[in-house]
This record gives sequence, structure tokens and C-alpha cells, in this order.
Amino acid sequence: MSRRSRLIYSPDYTSYYFHDEHPFNQQRLLLMYDLMNEFGLLAAEDVVAPRPAKEDELALIHDRRYIETVKAQGHSDVELPQAASFGLGTEDVPCFPRMHEAASLIVGGTLTAVNLVMNGEADHAFNPAGGLHHAFRGRASGFCIYNDCSIAIAYLRKYYDARVLYIDTDAHHGDGVQWAFYDDPYVMTISLHETGKYLFPGTGNVTERGEGQGYGYSVNIPLDAFTEDQSYLEVYRELIPKVAKGFRPDVIVTQNGCDAHAYDPLTHLSCSMRIYQEIPRLAHQLAHELCDGRWIAVGGGGYDIWRVVPRAWTLVWSEMTDQQLEDTPLPHTWLERWQPKSPLPLPQYLFDDLTPLPPIPRRAEITEKNRITLERALAYAPQG
Amino acid sequence: MRIEEIMRKRVVTVNTTTTIGEALMLLRGNRIRHLPVLDEGKLVGIVSDRDLRDALPSTLIRHDDDNEVLKKKVKEIMHPDVVTAHPLDFIEDAAKMIYDHKVGSLPVVEEGRLVGIVTESDILNRLVELFGVHKPSSHIEVEVDDRIGMLAEVSQVFRAEQVNVSSVIAWPSTNPGKKKLIFRVQTIDPRRIEGSLRAAGFTVTGPLGEGGSRS
Repeated sequence: MSRRSRLIYSPDYTSYYFHDEHPFNQQRLLLMYDLMNEFGLLAAEDVVAPRPAKEDELALIHDRRYIETVKAQGHSDVELPQAASFGLGTEDVPCFPRMHEAASLIVGGTLTAVNLVMNGEADHAFNPAGGLHHAFRGRASGFCIYNDCSIAIAYLRKYYDARVLYIDTDAHHGDGVQWAFYDDPYVMTISLHETGKYLFPGTGNVTERGEGQGYGYSVNIPLDAFTEDQSYLEVYRELIPKVAKGFRPDVIVTQNGCDAHAYDPLTHLSCSMRIYQEIPRLAHQLAHELCDGRWIAVGGGGYDIWRVVPRAWTLVWSEMTDQQLEDTPLPHTWLERWQPKSPLPLPQYLFDDLTPLPPIPRRAEITEKNRITLERALAYAPQG
Repeated sequence: MRIEEIMRKRVVTVNTTTTIGEALMLLRGNRIRHLPVLDEGKLVGIVSDRDLRDALPSTLIRHDDDNEVLKKKVKEIMHPDVVTAHPLDFIEDAAKMIYDHKVGSLPVVEEGRLVGIVTESDILNRLVELFGVHKPSSHIEVEVDDRIGMLAEVSQVFRAEQVNVSSVIAWPSTNPGKKKLIFRVQTIDPRRIEGSLRAAGFTVTGPLGEGGSRS
């Protein structure tokens, strides 16, 4: 069994907590960790605790005034007057005590993963608490305060002079990361997401390709609503190897949001658990083929915290550690522990039984539309 | 939005004595398609790239005197009846003028002086921006009765839910007596707002139309 992978994890990650009714809930990491454990996928030496990110590290991407505001707000009993202008205290990003510390720990976790991989202590590392791809330089957005993906990429550029391939398979467009490196030809951002026609954040059009020196180094695949596994994977498998080989990265960073699943309450894609085995599998292969193994994975969106997130990210870790899982019943002990807390019946198997799902009426059209989108996306991207 | 906000103020012009050859060079050099023609500062006509091309000899059948045409004056081929806009015209009126008159551009005239030009691509560009996404936001489509005060009623729901609206468009609906209101709201999670809109009796349409719910 490969021991060249690390999971960056601490129960302290749950301190990133908005309130009880908020859809972004890091309790999901407890379920995930427990499931990995019950499957016997974790050895003590695999798990590394995150460190908090330093302010200078946050400032690789974020404005100092924004960082100061997040910090002050987290230690204030009242909402600061300037908070709203930084996107704080909104429905999406409510203020909570010690929010700076909680958000910095997530960023530090992703930087821990970066250091382990780039210093050769591990081939791959996974920080499931990370993936907060919507945060901007001076503004919180879409549940995200500090953008650990952008900071990690800026850190890889600054300290390792690495060419970074960023692959974002969250159902929402990876806007914060895209705009942070939009004119940078050393950072290739690829985002596959549900079209922004209906879904937040609305960007991620196929025509967003980068600018200046970075033209061609942003690739966007806006998938039609109700896209299923087959079309999703067809586009993913056709796109990623071509662009990766054309770009020739030194390291791959994947954002593994799992809200493209049909159960996810926030999005309109119709994929099953199958894609969360296939997505990391290809990234893993390409990392070995092109980057000497260097692969950093982070989490991301995932709002069915009971039925989707634990299984999806267990599959990411199983792929990363070469511990292949077939479709198998979920461990009894796990089901017994979490079913009483879950408002929904938990799935009994690792993969989804697709037979009870009604067929999507416009499957053929959706598949065709996604193929055309893929062709248009590839038109200006480097290809190998 | 008014024309003065989107017009190009630096206008490349010719006068009645400019030759067709010179006019062609100006079009190519500036990568433009329309040249207003001035006579003592007054707008007297317009020539387009198509007018000039029509005046040129064939590239397939050559004659010795082909180059003679380049020495002719633009006055001979310009259109003297120019459709113009005023700086205070609204962008939608300008769009309608371009559409109705099937022209490619509108010189902008104020007190008899040429002060700018808008082209169909300028206007299309603005419309693209108008329909575009400027702030991270979700799309919510509501079908309402076509009567007074509906926009205000829907907006009340957004206000009560404390969500910021970044753009709004009202479309005619295919259903008679109805209208479609399309909002972009600044939240990643529009479920509660959609619920409140439904509770208030409005029809909220999903990605595949009404009833396009997920499996």
C-alpha cells in the first residue's frame, strides 16, 4: 500500500461555522473522516494536522485591509460598519466569532499539503476542508472568506516557481481562482461547472479564456443543467489530458467540490457517485505522467453533507492512496453512528443505484450541447 | 442609458472633395466601416465600406482605366439623407433606428454639428453588458400577472429576505396575460427566496422551465 499520500485533517476544521441553518457545514468532514476510518483507509502516519496560515501568506492574494476587517469582525460583538463592503455579514457569508482564525486554518491546511508535496515528503496530499474558490482579493463571496486555492497557487508560484494546473470540478464556477490568475500564463485554470445561466456565480462562460499573456490559460466548460455521468465524464476525459499535456504543468491542484451530484440541493446537475471515482483517477494518472506525482487536492462545495460528501471524498482519498474501492455496502458501524443524526435515510452502498432515477427527458440534447461547448472551449487552449 | 454615454467622440470624417482612394485608405487604416461626409463642418452625407466597394471595379476582370475610379470624389457616391441620433437619445431608440432603417451606424448631431458616432456593434456590445453578469449572483425567473405593481410585490420578497438584486429584466411571457421578471440576486443559495416567492403565490421557473425539477 502506498504511503506517499497525506490527509490534512483536524476536527478543529469545524470551527469554520456560520450557523445551524447555513448550508456550508464542515460537520461533513467528521462524517467523511469516520467513513475513511471505517473503510480502513487511514493509517496514523497518513494524517497531518493543519497549521494556521500566516498573514503574509494570506496577503499573497488578499488585501491587507480585508484581512484586518475579517480579523476585527471575528473579535467584535457587533457588526462592523465596513464589514458589508467586504462581503461580510451577508446571507452567504454571515459573521461568526474567530472567523479569521477558522478561515486561516483552512488556508494553512492547503499550504501544509503544498509543502509536503513540493518538499518531496509526499507525492500527493488532500485537504478536504479547502477548496474555497469563490473568495476574491478584497471580498468574501459564496461561503468563502479566504481563497485557499488562490493562495496555494500564488505560494507555488512564489516559492517553487512551479507551473500550476488547477482543475476545478465543483458545480459552481471557480471564479475567485480564475480572476486571480486571469493574465498569468504560468497558471492554467480549468473549471467544469453547471452553466451560470441560472446558477451562482453566473460567470464561467466558454468565452472567458484569459487575457493578455494569459490568453488561452483559462478554460471553462459550462455544462447544461441536468447533465449526467456519461456526458460529464465524456467531456472531462476528452478535455483534461489534452490541455494538461499541452500546458505541461509541474504540479496539479484539483478542487474536488462534490455538488454536481444529483442529490445536491443547490445545483441542477444530475451526476452520481461514479464521477467522484473517475475525476480523481484521471488527475492521479496525469500527475504521475506529467508532474512526477505532484498532486494537491482540496475539497470545495458539497451541500448534501450526509449522503454525498462522505462518500465522494472517501473516493478521492481511496484513489490518491491506491486503495481501490468497488461498490460495496457502507460499514454498519458508520451507518449506525450517523443514521440517527441524519434527517435523510443514508445510502447503504458506496455507489448509487441508478435504477430508481427517472430518465432525464432531454438527455440527447444536453449531451450534444456539452460536446459543442467542449469543442469551443478547446479552440484556444494549448493542447498536447 | 443615453447615446452621449456610449458614442465615440473621435470621429474619422471626410469632406466632399475627398477622393474615393483616400476614403478607402481611411477605412482600412482605422478599421472602420462608416465615414461621415462634412462640408464646411456640416454633415452632408455618409459613405460606408459597401458604397466604396460597389464603386470599385471587379477584381476578376481588369481594365486599363480601373484606377481612375480612385480619383473620383466621395460626393458622387455618398448618401445625402443621413439617419442621425442626438446625444440625448436613448440607446434603445438608437437601436430601433438602426434596425428600422437597416443602417450600420448613426452619426450623432447636436446643434447642427457632428459630435460623435454610434455603430451597431457599439450598441450590441452595450446590450451584451446589460444582459451579462457583473457580480457573482444567481438567476431567478418569476412569472407574474401583467398588471400594475407586480415588480414592487416581488421586490418586497427580496427586501424581506435581505438579498441584494444586481440586475432585473422584464420580458413578455409566452402565456397570455403574464410577464416574466428575471432577476440576478447576490446569493449562492436562492432556495429560501424561491420558497418565499412561491409562498407569496408567484410562479418560479427552473432551468428547464416550469416543472423542470431535479430527479
